[in-house]
Amino acid sequence: MARIGVFICHCGSNIAGVVSVEKVVEAAQTLPGVRVSMDYKYMCSDPGQNLIINTIKEQGLDRVVVGSCSPRMHENTFRASVERAGLNPYMLEIANIREHVSWVHSDNKDAATDKAIKLVELAVAKVRRNEPLQKMYAAIEKRALVIGGGIAGIQAALDIAANGYKVMLVEKEPSIGGRMSQLDKTFPTMDCSACILTPKMVAVAQNKNITLQTYAEVAEVHGYVGNFEVKIKKKARFVNMAKCIGCGVCTEKCPSKKTLSEFNANIAARKAIYTPFPQAVPNIPVIDKDSCLYFATGKCKVCEKVCPAEAIDYTQEDEIITERFGAIVVATGYDLYDHSRYGEYGYGEIPDVITGLQLERMINSGGPTGGHVKRPSDGKEPETVVFIQCVGSRDDAKGKPYCSRVCCMYTAKQALLLKEHYPNSQAFVFYMDIRAAGKGYEEFVQRVQTEYGVVYLRGRVSRIYEKKDHLLVKGVDTLSGQQVEIKADMVVLATGLEPKKEAQNLAQLLHIGYDQNGFYTELHPKLAPVETQIAGVYLAGCCQSPKDIPDTVAQASATAAKVGALLSQESLEIEPMISEVNPLLCSGCRMCYHACPYSAIEMEDKEIRRGDVRCVAKVLTSVCKGCGVCAAGCYCKAIDLKGWTDRQLMEEIGVLRYR
Amino acid sequence: MRIVLGKEQIESAFKKKVEILSNQRILSCYQCGKCSAGCPIGYEMDYLPNKIIRMLQLGMTDDVMKSKTPWLCASCQTCTTRCPREIDVARVMDAIRIIAQVENRSPVKEIPIFNQIFLKSVEFTGRVFEVGVIGAYNFFSLNPFKDIPLGIKMFLKGKLSLMPHSAGNLRGLFKRVREKEKRSAVSDQLL
Amino acid sequence: MYKVAYFPGCSLSSTAKEYGMSTELICKDLGIELVKIQDWSCCGATTAHITSELMAAALPAKNLLWAEKQSLPICSPCSACFSRLKLADIDMKRDARLRADVTEVMGEEYKGTIEILHLWQVIQKYGELKPKKELKGLKVASYYGCLLTRPTEVCPDERIEDPQFLDNLVISLGASPVKWSYKTECCGAAFSLTKTDIVHKLSGEILKDAREADADYIIVACPLCHSNLDARQEEMGLDFRIPVLYFTQLIGLALGYGYSELGMMKHFVQAKGLLNSKGLL
Repeated sequence: MARIGVFICHCGSNIAGVVSVEKVVEAAQTLPGVRVSMDYKYMCSDPGQNLIINTIKEQGLDRVVVGSCSPRMHENTFRASVERAGLNPYMLEIANIREHVSWVHSDNKDAATDKAIKLVELAVAKVRRNEPLQKMYAAIEKRALVIGGGIAGIQAALDIAANGYKVMLVEKEPSIGGRMSQLDKTFPTMDCSACILTPKMVAVAQNKNITLQTYAEVAEVHGYVGNFEVKIKKKARFVNMAKCIGCGVCTEKCPSKKTLSEFNANIAARKAIYTPFPQAVPNIPVIDKDSCLYFATGKCKVCEKVCPAEAIDYTQEDEIITERFGAIVVATGYDLYDHSRYGEYGYGEIPDVITGLQLERMINSGGPTGGHVKRPSDGKEPETVVFIQCVGSRDDAKGKPYCSRVCCMYTAKQALLLKEHYPNSQAFVFYMDIRAAGKGYEEFVQRVQTEYGVVYLRGRVSRIYEKKDHLLVKGVDTLSGQQVEIKADMVVLATGLEPKKEAQNLAQLLHIGYDQNGFYTELHPKLAPVETQIAGVYLAGCCQSPKDIPDTVAQASATAAKVGALLSQESLEIEPMISEVNPLLCSGCRMCYHACPYSAIEMEDKEIRRGDVRCVAKVLTSVCKGCGVCAAGCYCKAIDLKGWTDRQLMEEIGVLRYR
Repeated sequence: MRIVLGKEQIESAFKKKVEILSNQRILSCYQCGKCSAGCPIGYEMDYLPNKIIRMLQLGMTDDVMKSKTPWLCASCQTCTTRCPREIDVARVMDAIRIIAQVENRSPVKEIPIFNQIFLKSVEFTGRVFEVGVIGAYNFFSLNPFKDIPLGIKMFLKGKLSLMPHSAGNLRGLFKRVREKEKRSAVSDQLL
Repeated sequence: MYKVAYFPGCSLSSTAKEYGMSTELICKDLGIELVKIQDWSCCGATTAHITSELMAAALPAKNLLWAEKQSLPICSPCSACFSRLKLADIDMKRDARLRADVTEVMGEEYKGTIEILHLWQVIQKYGELKPKKELKGLKVASYYGCLLTRPTEVCPDERIEDPQFLDNLVISLGASPVKWSYKTECCGAAFSLTKTDIVHKLSGEILKDAREADADYIIVACPLCHSNLDARQEEMGLDFRIPVLYFTQLIGLALGYGYSELGMMKHFVQAKGLLNSKGLL
């Protein structure tokens, strides 16, 4: 006969404020197998856990039920207590009487108490059939993959490498550097973005622990924590990286100059063979097949002719490499909202309505205009510039309800830069709320207004009218309650941040989740902000949510610490609650094989009895996630999920049926 | 300039009426002012549209009722089209006007007069009889000679006729609509 | 022949007679048969929807019901009428209670099975337009106003802040559309009688912007816009005059109809001189 202890938690007033804990304790007392039933104010606290441990020892209990919060919260806590008392940690069941009862039924206390009693009853019935389970262990590949070579990926790779682990950094573009390399200055300190970024880019290239794969993308991901197998597509560069000396002659002589430069936010052209920017790492160009004359017409080959190193190779093809990693860091960054969906701001078709990133490229001395702000329509230096915030942010009608977090600051920075470059200019900023919560941010925004004379107007702009030689901006200042009309030379839209277009694809490869806005979902918004629900896959930077550079760097370092903690383990503990096949009952129908979402089932020929060899299913213990799809689908009842066996579930159903 | 706020103001019955009639959630508004920024008639208003919404949020019934703003709304739908919170602001203005006319609290006189004359024309002839409407409106709004030169020119161009074109009267329909509204208003305690 | 239930609206038999004349004239050429709704009655206009929700739905419903019974799409050349018909249809579909109330006062149910179109849509979708004359050298500002494209639901496929359909029509007639940014600004419509000063300001700005854009003519698709832009133009104190035509009249010119056949002498600002100088009459 089982010797079960039932422990009911008040969770302060969280549970006890709704559920009559005494009644639950009393009811549990009478259940078959229950030796002892008691309650405590906070069962997860030290005294609470000691109460469980001491009671197990004193009463010689062999199974435990805790009525408390969700198992997601404290199952591991109580498993550890049970283990410390000398029992197998899996001889525990949790009845969730907080999230499932007190929090959702506070309007009917009697019914809530009845439901709590019922849930405890179910847990008692189930725990009677619990079996001791043993943890399993798997080897770890001590190597990390970082996807994305912006500041997040760079910082994560450097920190992981500093911990002594090998890292492969995969970047889609021809160079690492990401968005930060496109920026002029950084708020609020006005450090030159490139000056603080390029040393880190070079450090990546020189670090012996880091292998760089630029112009490459992740194509397939298999395996599990500690043992991922990843296929990476290296796009054909048409330049032999071993031979190229980075002299730049090819780029200079290339006759194709019509393609817009992505790096320069489309305000200038680039060649068909190009490095995105002079400080590129690696400093090796790529040929963009779509704009190359040779690939279009079969003629040209100028780059080949001028290359002193004979590095041009038109025959290169995309290549797939397969690598093994113990951990994966996703740092794919962000795209900027495409403002062509704002008809009221000209559908992206008014030349002098530009984006913040375009202004950033103009005002950068290394940019295509040499640091001069020129309005695109006529090259004139603008005098009156209107900045509009929240374009593609906080706008339900445009499908972007969230705040992009950095636009208030980058707008303030750009308005300041404009005034510094052109003391005669006047900037107006239309804003809804100024969100300047970082260190030194509020002071910065104040300085922009008081010292630089940038005029802030509280309200959205309704429409921009294109007139003959200027733009008419119709907005509002809700603080004075007046409509505002400004004759502007140029308008700068603070476009919001959104996930990379390819982000959802990658999420599917990795089996990680994303929210309604497409940002990757962290395991816990407060307590596990860089982990994902897939063990061994971590997040850094704007792919998780919009954030500024300091937060991105901090998150990247946090991720690196998590990766270090994982890779430093001798071997990996694997949860034992996974599927198990009884080969005697298996008919080899392959139902489970096809149903398994993790490819954790293999078919193998097995000698069932002497001389009786049959093809049956086998669970790959380290791949199985314990989802139970195979067990549910098995016609022959040959598969059981340990910890959730049919017998355990039938006991629970029995309780519901007979009462 | 001071208002007293409490639960009573925040849960004002007037706000609820406006919400039901317009089928809009007043609390959705985050006061960005885009409606006001684009309103073609904003320059004439005592409060810009976003302030009307704000005053509704705060239960300032009398101030909303006294404001000329709803009566200056041309129903051009610009605010509705551009609202980032997808509030149909034009419909909110309609709702305020409907309630004000039912409760006889309109702060402007000429527009309800025009509405009454217009609807009478539709009720009796099925259509709008311009000369009748203009004449009656000018008479009742105490401005009998307004637009007479324009009217004469129109007449000479054959654009106005002195007799109504009738499509048969709509008295039956109008009567049924009025009765129906009275009944639903009683059952909903709405108006 | 493509058959539609024709809802002319009150203005077309008075202030916008020429819109009605030109519409009926060109539709024959375009293969569109206008079946006049028997005893059609007023859509209620702005007055109904600021006075009574039920009235604002019931008045259009009376006409919609007739068209539905004939299984014909309903068509109006007036933007305001079109908007009221369309919004009544949308409201009744969205709000079951309103629909039940309308059914009760009408004595029959409007099922919402018919298409509700503005005249331009009918012409664009079903008209067989074969211009006889190219309107070369004509610079035209297409004015759409408010209710042709707003709210979004009435015209879901269009770029509502910068609609193109009238401009495309202008191109197909051989004329040149001008690029201007006031094409969907409000003319002050409903305030024509009650707040005439508002109309003077708003319509005046529209005219000025069209002038700045070098337009010879403005075309409109609404009788209310027309009377504000044309009949009240003289009162605005502008130092220029710009003729305002119905888009149907422009089509009529391309089809070879004459000035008075299209009712163009009824406009306050005459277009004759300019058309003559371009050799189009």
